[in-house]
Amino acid sequence: MSLQSVADVRSALDANNYLASDGLATAVFLAMSLNRPLLLEGEAGVGKTELAKVLATIRNSELIRLQCYEGIDAAQAMYDWDYSRQLLHLRTVEATGEASSLGADKLEGQLYSEKFLIRRALLRAIDQHEGTSPVLLIDEIDRADDEFEAYLLEVLSDFQITIPELGTYRATTPPLVVLTSNRTRDVHDALKRRCLYHWVEHPDFEREVEIVRRRVPQVNETLARQVSAAVESLRKMQLYKPPGVAETIDWATALGRLGVRELDESIVQATLGTVLKYREDHERVRDSGVAGLVKQAFERGLYND
Amino acid sequence: MNIATAASPAHKMAVAFARVLRGVGLDAPLDSVIVFVNALEQLGLKDRNDVYWAAHSTLVRRHEDTPLFDRAFAVFWDQRIAINKSEDEPENISMTLLIDDESQKDDDNASAEPIDDENTITLRFSSIETLREKDFAEYNDAELREAEQFMTRLRLAGPPKKSLRLTKANHRGARHDIRRTMRASLQHDGEPIDRYWREPSTRLRRLVVLLDISGSMEPYARALLRFMHAAVVGRQRVEAFTFGTRLTRITKELTSRDPDRALAQTSTQVSDWSGGTRLGECLRNFNDSWGIGGMARGSIFVVLSDGWDRGDPEVLAEQMQRLNRVAFRMIWVNPLKVSPGYAPLARGMAAALPYIDDFVEGHSLEALQHLTEVISRNSNERQRMMAHA
Repeated sequence: MSLQSVADVRSALDANNYLASDGLATAVFLAMSLNRPLLLEGEAGVGKTELAKVLATIRNSELIRLQCYEGIDAAQAMYDWDYSRQLLHLRTVEATGEASSLGADKLEGQLYSEKFLIRRALLRAIDQHEGTSPVLLIDEIDRADDEFEAYLLEVLSDFQITIPELGTYRATTPPLVVLTSNRTRDVHDALKRRCLYHWVEHPDFEREVEIVRRRVPQVNETLARQVSAAVESLRKMQLYKPPGVAETIDWATALGRLGVRELDESIVQATLGTVLKYREDHERVRDSGVAGLVKQAFERGLYND
Repeated sequence: MNIATAASPAHKMAVAFARVLRGVGLDAPLDSVIVFVNALEQLGLKDRNDVYWAAHSTLVRRHEDTPLFDRAFAVFWDQRIAINKSEDEPENISMTLLIDDESQKDDDNASAEPIDDENTITLRFSSIETLREKDFAEYNDAELREAEQFMTRLRLAGPPKKSLRLTKANHRGARHDIRRTMRASLQHDGEPIDRYWREPSTRLRRLVVLLDISGSMEPYARALLRFMHAAVVGRQRVEAFTFGTRLTRITKELTSRDPDRALAQTSTQVSDWSGGTRLGECLRNFNDSWGIGGMARGSIFVVLSDGWDRGDPEVLAEQMQRLNRVAFRMIWVNPLKVSPGYAPLARGMAAALPYIDDFVEGHSLEALQHLTEVISRNSNERQRMMAHA
């Protein structure tokens, strides 16, 4: 696998059913060739996390995912010690009478050795020397406390982790790092400066149709166009949660499973729950008229024929 | 890459472009520029699209900066003529400042509100956004300075929230700190004699402040903006916004410790000073882009506004209700509340009232001090109320 240009990246993503825009393909190419982490922001359901998964497939490497949450700390993200095994080891040493002959320093050396080290996501991503370097997905970084970002700085700029008892671990080839954020707070500038940045947009109509066709092959062209058109109209309705691509795919999948060939009013009513997740959004769509939505979708569906 | 010897076209272009970006107010630190040069070396300078995305992914760090970046890019790389106006500004900026009386306009459907014109304070609106960017330097009176001094002393804490982060406990608790216990046991040949504990720490709740800068709030906006500056500088986890006809996030602009600098930066960022108000729509924008996604969750939410709204009160009510579901506490600060004869007649205010936990004044320093007390009140009245319900 060698990706020598933006076009290569784009076609590799394409081959894995991920249709990237120019900007995103360029950002991915640069992240790979400059060894820089890639920070992705954008609305929920536009395919930020999916990109990391596809990249792992393309590189034929492991995907290591670190899901951030409030209160996450170094012990959960980098490494920890296996305390219960350490304690057991102590007991064993004691029981066999080794303890007295070993001395405190030796004993400590035994306890804090790699044998008792628990590798968490970040350490695993860095301390990997076989095969292609992994894809490290740091998901929803904005959920972590801002203090946690400070831990990430060393890891993401030098690709190294220092464990006081064992020394410094350094990646031979840096992992491909993808960070995502939903912007519940601003990621710190120091972290952003180490990353390439890209804002992922909703796909345009034709690309969305293509995505549906690829992801949900059991759906025919007409229905794919109708669904994409309906979602496009929904996004313009000022809903609480405008549907993302993920919802489009869910909807198309549901319709495919139901054996639907074309959208009509009753089927939209019945399946709207796959696209809209707020009661108020359902009401808004109902008030503005499902019939109109279907009519519009119908027209867009015919457009190409 | 040796910068001193090899000044390739890419280097020169990148450095010059960075200067343009800084010129329009975007941050373009040197290390990002170096990455940009590296990116250009990868992609070449031939294709405009490649150059654009190379610059975009290395030099832009906030989605909001994209329009400004685009203009700078167009000016620099396409040698277009500089356009001073932001693109999303309406084409025809009104030349007339229409000032009309709210009560006359709205009462022509004869909804008999017994408003005594003598006793009710007259509020004036411009019905068209005027987009005037006023210079704060003109507002240099001594009183405002003194007020500023006072505001920086206000302490905005607010009831803390339990964090999921664990810290060292001084007493026996529910969770073991095995790491420390283990370490300490080595001094006793591995016998865990001293045991250590951890407990959840507490953290400040996020404080989200929205300031109304429409025409009717003009007499107060200057002072209240300084109050917001004091809040942003004086406390962690504060988010600041202004709204009139549009919502503008000004947290970043207010972080400068120097108040004059902070206010100057804010005034360039905000483009709808002293225009009309579209409270409901601005709140919706806030909810959709920031609030419901997480910023308002568990936060103390403060609106500084007189509640006069040109928009649909139902939109406002709906958005207030949404916020009410996620925020910890909702506080509405209305500088007009204290005025004699004032009742929350404004349609917007009336629509918002049912979703507010505290309705307070904000016209004077004393009122602001009271506001800080309300914010800091260490009680969960709302939760108690809900428990009783």
